[in-house]
Amino acid sequence: MGVNVRIPTPLRSLTQGQAEVSVGGKSIREIVDNLEKAYPGIKERICDEQGNLRRFVNLYLNDEDVRFLKDLQTEVRDGDGLSIVPAIAGG
Amino acid sequence: MGYVKGLRCRECGREYPKEPINICEFCFGPLEVTYQYDEIRKVLSREVIASRPPNMWRYAELMPLDNGPTVGFDVGFTPLVRAHNLGKALGVSELYLKNDAVSHPTLSFKDRVVAVAVSKAREFGFDTVACASTGNLANAVAASAASAGMNSYIFIPSDLEQGKVIGTQVFGTHLVGVLGSYDDVNRLCTEIADRYRWAFVNINIRPFYAEGSKTFGYEIVEQMGWRVPKHIVVPMAGGSLITKIRKSFKEFQEIGLIEPESCGTRFYGAQAAGCSPIVTAVKNGTDLFKPVKPNTIAKSLAIGNPADGFYAIQAIKQSGGWAEEVTDDEIVEGIKLLAETEGVFTETAGGVTVGVTKKLIEQGRIPGDESIVISITGNGLKTQEALIGKVKEHQVIDSKLSSFEALLLEKGAEVW
Repeated sequence: MGVNVRIPTPLRSLTQGQAEVSVGGKSIREIVDNLEKAYPGIKERICDEQGNLRRFVNLYLNDEDVRFLKDLQTEVRDGDGLSIVPAIAGG
Repeated sequence: MGYVKGLRCRECGREYPKEPINICEFCFGPLEVTYQYDEIRKVLSREVIASRPPNMWRYAELMPLDNGPTVGFDVGFTPLVRAHNLGKALGVSELYLKNDAVSHPTLSFKDRVVAVAVSKAREFGFDTVACASTGNLANAVAASAASAGMNSYIFIPSDLEQGKVIGTQVFGTHLVGVLGSYDDVNRLCTEIADRYRWAFVNINIRPFYAEGSKTFGYEIVEQMGWRVPKHIVVPMAGGSLITKIRKSFKEFQEIGLIEPESCGTRFYGAQAAGCSPIVTAVKNGTDLFKPVKPNTIAKSLAIGNPADGFYAIQAIKQSGGWAEEVTDDEIVEGIKLLAETEGVFTETAGGVTVGVTKKLIEQGRIPGDESIVISITGNGLKTQEALIGKVKEHQVIDSKLSSFEALLLEKGAEVW
């Protein structure tokens, strides 16, 4: 059991094509770090050099934008769903 | 023909070929079209532009098409109105309205971006166009797809104004209402765009689509006699328009159509108080904005997570401008003020822009003796719900002259 992370198309080359992967951790930051251990190279795509979420990356925990929660500090539980969604358009 | 070099990531600078892609594979930053300005400079002069028909394609060299447009030939060149009456009401001496409330064919500035997007979609060989929209884009895409003979899928929040819904359906599109806000619609569309090979004008076609907004700015410069205004107030939803108007002024400078020193325009962003993430960031002096959950009658501006928010903040700051917000009541007042002084009926977004302009002048942020342009981007007939109960009830009489004269007496008017 862990958190189900939905991987957007541009990152699937790092997850061997998988659209969804299961990762353990207690917070989103831990999930990101554990993603990096399992799929090296993925963290620098999601986070900048300071380790903060990149400006144009949105994370949704169970459909809620994590910026409305506690950002990377947001706690997670087994069975939660985390979606990585590239920033989007307007109009 | 065509002067596009390719696409470049605005964040990390990685280069990409001309393809229907919108984000950098590496950092997810948005991609932007790059041009061969040295070549454009050789062929595009004020005289060449002035000799062409009055539509947005008079600036075709600065549009991201390889071949000419194949749809939306008559879009653009809307009036720049010298607003004497509104100027007097606001206490300023040189005020203009750039009036896309009368844009052909669907009465908003979205006709510009869609003319580019659908032409580009055809160049790429798509047979279906699609979009996520707060309404105006829905109207424009549906109309353009109909005239291009293309299939279309349009996704909107389920609570939009009737004018925007019927004004989309009439074109025979596949219109899908989604429960939730625009941001929910957008997120869904990002996933759909991932799976279906459609031309989502504001997703995979976005770098090209967004360039159409520049024509709003080119026209202002040409209509002001080849000069830029000192101040311009622009409504903000996703934040793209304000950045593209700024880009348009800079490009005219780059290719030598206007003097470099004339480019000191200050950009002011306008949002509704019920959805003002960009304004809040500008006021707090931060580079990043916090997404919000929108709650405003200005539905066309109700984007809580603006994709170009960061760049809009930069454009405002770098230009020395500012940002302000108005309440729903102030939006209605703004709509009525513009209508009663200039005879222009704008939608709620225009009420936001007029209300914010008034506020900025009252605050002394915009001086009274310099040129000001207010960007009117949509038509009031599409958002009539906002004015129900807010305009006077009209009087009904039977068809007798005596009844009319009784009414005149009631009004205290002279009876002949």
